[in-house]
Amino acid sequence: MAEPTIYEISSQDRIGFRFPACDVPETALPEGLIRDELPMPEVSELDVIRHFTNLSRLNYSIDSGYYPLGSCTMKYNPKINEEVARLPGFAFSHPLQPVETVQGNLAMMYELQLWLAEICGMAGVTLQPAAGAQGEYTGVLIIRAYHHSRGDLKRTKMLIPDSAHGTNPATSAMSGFEVVGITTDATGNVDLDALKAVLDDTVAGLMLTNPNTLGLFDQNVEEVIRLVHEAGGLVYGDGANLNALLGIVRPGDLGFDIMHFNLHKTFSTPHGGGGPGSGPVGVAKHLVDFLPFPLVGIIEEGDEETPPLYGFVRPEKTIGRMKSFHGQFGMMVRAYNYISMHGPDGLRDIAESAVLNANYLLARLRNTYNVPFDRICMHEFVMEGHLDDAPDVHALDIAKRLMDYDFHPPTNYFPLIVHEALMIEPTETENKQTLDRFADVLIKIAEEARTNPDLLHTAPHHTPVGRLDEVRAAKELVLCCWLPDKI
Amino acid sequence: MFTPHTDSEREEMLRVIGVRKLDDLFADVPIKLRFPNLELPPAFTEIEARMQMEELAGANETAHDLACFLGAGAYYHYTPAAVDAIIRRGEFLTAYTPYQPEVSQGTLQAVFEFQSLIANLTGMDVSNASHYDGATATAEAAVMAYHHFRGKRTRFILSPSLNPQYREVVKTYMGGYENINLAGENLDPLCQPDDLASLLDDNTALLIVQYPDFFGRIFDFTALIEKAHQFGALVAVAVNPMSLGVLKTPGAMGADIAVGEGQSLGLPLSFGGPYLGFFATKKEYVRKIAGRLVGETADAEGRRGYVLTLTAREQHIRREKATSNICTNQGLMALATTVYMSLLGKHGLKQLANLCYQKAHYAAEQISKLDGYSVVSQRPFFHEFVVKCPKPVDEINWHLLDHDILGGYDLGQDYPSLAGHMLIAVTEMVSKDEIDALCEALEEVNNG
Repeated sequence: MAEPTIYEISSQDRIGFRFPACDVPETALPEGLIRDELPMPEVSELDVIRHFTNLSRLNYSIDSGYYPLGSCTMKYNPKINEEVARLPGFAFSHPLQPVETVQGNLAMMYELQLWLAEICGMAGVTLQPAAGAQGEYTGVLIIRAYHHSRGDLKRTKMLIPDSAHGTNPATSAMSGFEVVGITTDATGNVDLDALKAVLDDTVAGLMLTNPNTLGLFDQNVEEVIRLVHEAGGLVYGDGANLNALLGIVRPGDLGFDIMHFNLHKTFSTPHGGGGPGSGPVGVAKHLVDFLPFPLVGIIEEGDEETPPLYGFVRPEKTIGRMKSFHGQFGMMVRAYNYISMHGPDGLRDIAESAVLNANYLLARLRNTYNVPFDRICMHEFVMEGHLDDAPDVHALDIAKRLMDYDFHPPTNYFPLIVHEALMIEPTETENKQTLDRFADVLIKIAEEARTNPDLLHTAPHHTPVGRLDEVRAAKELVLCCWLPDKI
Repeated sequence: MFTPHTDSEREEMLRVIGVRKLDDLFADVPIKLRFPNLELPPAFTEIEARMQMEELAGANETAHDLACFLGAGAYYHYTPAAVDAIIRRGEFLTAYTPYQPEVSQGTLQAVFEFQSLIANLTGMDVSNASHYDGATATAEAAVMAYHHFRGKRTRFILSPSLNPQYREVVKTYMGGYENINLAGENLDPLCQPDDLASLLDDNTALLIVQYPDFFGRIFDFTALIEKAHQFGALVAVAVNPMSLGVLKTPGAMGADIAVGEGQSLGLPLSFGGPYLGFFATKKEYVRKIAGRLVGETADAEGRRGYVLTLTAREQHIRREKATSNICTNQGLMALATTVYMSLLGKHGLKQLANLCYQKAHYAAEQISKLDGYSVVSQRPFFHEFVVKCPKPVDEINWHLLDHDILGGYDLGQDYPSLAGHMLIAVTEMVSKDEIDALCEALEEVNNG
């Protein structure tokens, strides 16, 4: 039985929450500016709690099971982070308070800027961008502003390898760049010849995902960056896959000029069913002046007795403001706490365990599924969800069948350069027993694909709903609850 | 801690992989750069980490400890316990974007209900699944209008009483397009709708107004919107959704787009984020909305279900032809406000809006009686108003802090012509006694 909508359980004049009575003399509401109807639900608190609890039970989540969604870094989200983000000193501070009254917030943000800069080898970090895609946007706007500040207006092209993240082309287009694709060579690296062929003085930069979306560390990364720099371009690093690099190598040391972080991937802030994310951006020394404002800085030096006074500063050639206020502060609190609980050794352990888990799964599955770029991978790998002796079975069928075994499917049909791609990112927080169970099930599904393909075509069988009619959804376009008569 | 392997498990896994030691997995990383020493503090246990965070949080003074009269785009409201109880459930908190609908019906239906509540609250036909905040939702309205006219109309009129931070973000977002003309900045900040109407022309893509505006004033924009439509322009209204518990909707005024900051619907102040941008529009523009949309459908057995729909607009499919790159949005915050709007419902939302309105009007009335102070905002206003002060605003605010009062916003920071003017916000969280205490303290500064 499907859960009714909140409107369907509404009952006229039922009240769920009361505010205190008005303690001031009342004046009339402004005539002509009052709404006629307020079509909102009328439910009790228990109605609300039961409704949303029932809905929650229709969700798969990290807390309930294994979620190897490639490029999404679905690691365990420590519960302590939720506690500390709700401390009253953080939760009830207003973003426009005098800085003297929020030194705890600002000290934390200042230190987080430094820590992220240290982790990725960059000279400056902004915490403002709201999510990875906005971090990318920030980075690309910085590239644009950098060239323009030098009077170099002819750089209109952004190079994007076909193994890069999906948002990169849209981000570049939003910033007024023409997107030029770069192919991948047979070993899964950026094709150097293809790169050389397009490098000239119209290239603004290259957006490189490393490890790339095949889960592979580009073996020529230093050469790629050198070539782009030689042509006068800048190199942007997509930080979505940073989990593989913590304490392993710093993108800044490799020569990247800019990169973004996904606090909601690498630094364990929960995904929340689609946000909030947080996408800080780090830049090398020559780009610090272009960062968005405001940054957190020291506005009065301290001494042995008094701590410094933290406040907001505006970089000299700033690209402007990306969003209201100072970024997704609550996510910063969680990430700060997470880094505190790891330290340098713990961060390296994250990357090592993530890479170990991915290579272990790859080793267990490569004899069953075809892995097109088969070498030691980083934190994830991509295999084909297609078997030679089961031609009618597709990646989607395998993904849906995994649900029947109570696993969340991997990312499917991405990256586009692998036929019927299944992109698997185990993360570091999964134990060997879970990985073994997952590998066993995938091997069993391959067998089912050969012996009983219909079982896969009609999967999933044990979920709250079966495969949904997406064509109908787009055609009928019902985007709002049906409203009862009396509302 | 959070990585589970024992030494023997690690050995076994390396054996299956076929390498001797962990370091062998990183052979592709340039050796001279491999395994840097990170200058970071050593790891804390949970107990130590918590103490550190308590110390940092404890170094702040907050709206919770003070009587808060500060708003200007972020408002101190009460969050019912039920809201946090729901959003802390791991099933919502630790799920990803609902790409696999069969195992994400909870998130999908909640977003569908969010879209419904926002559409009904704003009086619009459809809402998307959320944006980062009010400022970026406003910027996305500008981007949508730009593409609606295929870049042929380049004038964007931004009311000077639009939140200055929203204006800045619109400016950043429009920076990637050629020859954009952002108008409106030079008008008197406290201008009337007619002054905006005089800026309209045939090249205007979008007019953006705020309601209640940055100074708390409320205007019926119906005539202005009609005028804009005569020029073929679109109109976006940036609205405080909480006010719509009583106020006439942007939809009823004929707006094409209603955007805004959802923080006032029960999200904690949290020093500015995470908040919630919302974006609602008319049916005819649904295919031009950025961001995610959830639609109703059914499975093969006819069971009702929900999916992400019209995904062909989005960046992962349309790639460089997409008009927005947004993917992760504010899912959990949308859920929080869905729970909040459901719980308060018709009765509570109306009661809340009325409380804020009444308390603000009482405060304005009392302040206007004080020597040296005058309330600049003419009625009607909603829950925020402008006060001309006898001394610099920051000086007054320091005095107020001594009385445990968080004073209003210093408008001189954004509007040179409004130096010495304070924007005061009043919500259900302050009592009559606290308003009276504010008046006493204000009087004291003037006399002191």
